[in-house]
Amino acid sequence: MRARTYWPVTIAAAALVGLLAYGLTTTGTDTTLDSAMAAGKRVAPPTEARLPVLGGDGAGSLGDYEGKVVLVNVWASWCDPCRDELPLIEKTHRMMSRRGGTVLGIDVKENSGAALDAVEDFGLTFPNLRDRDGSYVREWGQTGYPESYVIDRDGNVAAVRRMPVTQEWLDETLPPLLGEPA
Amino acid sequence: MRAALATLLALAAVLAPATAGAAQPASLTDVEDEVMCLECGTALNVSNSKVADQEREFIAELIAQGKTKQEVKDALVAEYGPRVLAEPADDGFQLAAWLVPVLAALAGLALVALTARRWRGTRAAGAAAAEPALDPDDARRLDAELAAFDR
Repeated sequence: MRARTYWPVTIAAAALVGLLAYGLTTTGTDTTLDSAMAAGKRVAPPTEARLPVLGGDGAGSLGDYEGKVVLVNVWASWCDPCRDELPLIEKTHRMMSRRGGTVLGIDVKENSGAALDAVEDFGLTFPNLRDRDGSYVREWGQTGYPESYVIDRDGNVAAVRRMPVTQEWLDETLPPLLGEPA
Repeated sequence: MRAALATLLALAAVLAPATAGAAQPASLTDVEDEVMCLECGTALNVSNSKVADQEREFIAELIAQGKTKQEVKDALVAEYGPRVLAEPADDGFQLAAWLVPVLAALAGLALVALTARRWRGTRAAGAAAAEPALDPDDARRLDAELAAFDR
């Protein structure tokens, strides 16, 4: 290859490789939270973003529940496992709210009308925020639906569940955290 | 002048149906291919998931209310965010989807210009090489004959 074309072609090829590498690193699933949980560490939530309140005005975030144990539940009414799980989540919210805790639902990728229909159908009483395009839960390293994250009274992530919760998992995870002082 | 007028008329003919259509009530098929199924990552018209069905239902409700295509798209963005539209975002990695075609087009133009320049240079050099230099005697004879011809 002649010297005049060598550098432009090399730079163009390097730019393309760089673009691909950037794409791979930014679109992949973030496993930071899972690694921390596997190491038994409690870490700060990956985002403090505020999201629109479902069925209300304004925005809300985890920061609004300072001092409480929060079970963040990722759901959508189009997701059958989420619908199967919602009655147990509601029951858990009622239990937690008596002990200084709450469930915070994150409704993902659906219009508010459909989400509010589900809230009514399932008689949900816990607060819900809307992650309109899924970008919020992506920061949590979300891999599917439903998912749940437990936040302790200091505002740190204490547990992650990347599948539907079970009564057994809730019984193991929540009481020790609810028993911790604020 | 005539060419410019003809171009303007042609443009008007092309754009007129598009602008007229913008005010018409939308149809599902017209909107579907410009909207993404957020969960599947494909255009709505080729998605069969429950998320896609829910999005279609939402669009159908708006169409039933007599909304135009633009109004439907605006409502979709309000409910699902800008990613619901089948066009890449103008930030982050998706910015590459806008930049790469422009850069590729510029690189293509540069390549064409470079090739054309080289090709012209080769042709000129070839033409010069193909024509042998005129002998001084022949040149004098040619000048004389041309002068006689002019007379």
